[in-house]
Amino acid sequence: MGQTILEKIIQAHATDAVRPGAVVWMDLDVRSARDFGGPNVVKHYEREYGEARPDPEHTFFTFDLCAPACSLKYADNQQLCRDFARKHGLTVFDVDRGVGSHVLIEEGLAGANTTVVGTDSHMNILGAAGSFGQGMGDVDIAFAFRTGRTWFEVPSTIKVIFKGRPAAGTSAKDLALFVLQKLGTRDLANAAVEFEGEAVRGLTLSGRITLCSMITEMAGIIGFASQHGQALKDEMKALTGRDFEPFQADKNASYERVIELDASGLPPLIAEPPSPSHVREVRELRGTRIDSAFIGSCTNGRAEDFAAAARLLDGRKVKPGVMLKVVPATRRVYDELLRRGILQTLFDAGAIVINAGCGGCAEGHAGLTGKGEVQVSTGNRNFPGKQGKGPTYLASPEVVAASALEGAIALPEDVR
Amino acid sequence: MSKTRFEGRVWVLLDGQGRLIEDIDTDQIFHNAHLHITDVAQMGAYALGNLEGWKDFPSRVEPGDILVAGRNFGAGSSRQQAVDCFASLGVAAILAPSFGAIYFRNAVNSGFPVFKARGLEDLVRARKILSGDVLRVDGSKGEAAVPSRGVVFELEPMSRVQTDILRAGNLFLFGKSLPGS
Repeated sequence: MGQTILEKIIQAHATDAVRPGAVVWMDLDVRSARDFGGPNVVKHYEREYGEARPDPEHTFFTFDLCAPACSLKYADNQQLCRDFARKHGLTVFDVDRGVGSHVLIEEGLAGANTTVVGTDSHMNILGAAGSFGQGMGDVDIAFAFRTGRTWFEVPSTIKVIFKGRPAAGTSAKDLALFVLQKLGTRDLANAAVEFEGEAVRGLTLSGRITLCSMITEMAGIIGFASQHGQALKDEMKALTGRDFEPFQADKNASYERVIELDASGLPPLIAEPPSPSHVREVRELRGTRIDSAFIGSCTNGRAEDFAAAARLLDGRKVKPGVMLKVVPATRRVYDELLRRGILQTLFDAGAIVINAGCGGCAEGHAGLTGKGEVQVSTGNRNFPGKQGKGPTYLASPEVVAASALEGAIALPEDVR
Repeated sequence: MSKTRFEGRVWVLLDGQGRLIEDIDTDQIFHNAHLHITDVAQMGAYALGNLEGWKDFPSRVEPGDILVAGRNFGAGSSRQQAVDCFASLGVAAILAPSFGAIYFRNAVNSGFPVFKARGLEDLVRARKILSGDVLRVDGSKGEAAVPSRGVVFELEPMSRVQTDILRAGNLFLFGKSLPGS
């Protein structure tokens, strides 16, 4: 029997036979913790393993949630991790570096066919780079720091094929929201997903990250955008300095299901609070007044995302009274935006430009919404209380930029 | 060693319309505003602190009580605190039709008993399991019961490694019991 992408990656890191439903022990190429979860990892580690040294080749900290620390408690927690890292000679991608999962891709640590864990439920973003990333709690990660492995129940794989070509003005975010609209939090639950089809094949790393990041909201384990051409190989090589040869599924691989979604003419979509799966067409909500707009997050924090927003914001001003918050995912993205003049465009339009990191998903980085404050965001979660007390809508960078200009939910064509 | 048999008073997580709440995410269980807390003893005060209608749960629950939740309980983030906050309050176990994948792992790894039971939705709908009922759970037999209502239902069997970790007490103790460790 052939194997799916995930089965191949796990098999390359396990001695047990890999098949859906089997629980196997898997070797981990990268074991990481961040400023949330990290202090608990250190506590568990020192209590259970004392002075034993984690492997510095494979063990990392990535601080991205409160970057730099916004309160004494988080400052203490980060310093606890730094002290532990220094004692054992571990690398810390500190508060200057940005979203950990993105940094691991940029550093070539989460390369194709690797296994990576961290205290971030969106670590499965790494599927976009052909890596098996998983978010885990602090007990799991402390154990991984010491042993370099974890137990894992091999999920079955579902293939999702997008048919047709989405309408102009849509992006990978609309595809992600489309999947949530059609399949919700049920149909892909606990499964690995291979996304295919015309709409996916040409996506850059940025688009792949956006699509694969929301597998968490779909309650899936990991998503791969399995088809790619030379352009993606070149992009990955230029970004990471490493060759990009991700596993492909065998022709006779076994899938739990194959789901076809007709994406032809797909219009821009938006998720209404309080759930990422409450998806409607943007035009249905056009005119809904907003107070805040946010561009960033692990889902939409790459240079391409800001470039798309800047194309609409260029030479214009955000509606007076609307806060437009901009958070590049990483320092490298920030640098690229500076060099390409994109930050200047955003700044001139009235954006508040914040240092690299997670942004609005965690209390402390890029500001929260107050009660009644309506926000439209490129993030991935709008559960009650997640981004503050106000209602949050989720959409693409283009829709967020258009909405910031209009002061109300808007389509890109409204401001062109 | 974690227990696999319990008897305790039940809390059924219902919304204002009396329906089992689904997709309760970790920000509703333990909000990200409190993630700086690393001491389990302090976590209980924030359990369900962002779940509409359940914000006073920490002051009402008693040690040994059992939680019944809707499907995909613990969706969302990887925060261990969303499990530890219930351990902090002395909650004995959580039953749900399904759990968020990371949440389930986190519970298993820290030796906190969680059980999947598909039949729960029908039982709650038929009002055959209500808050305040006494629930008897036998994890090793894969069975739970509400004796006062004559109700018996199945629990999904755990995998070998999950059973072993719960038996050992937690992932760390299990790891130390492995050969070569």
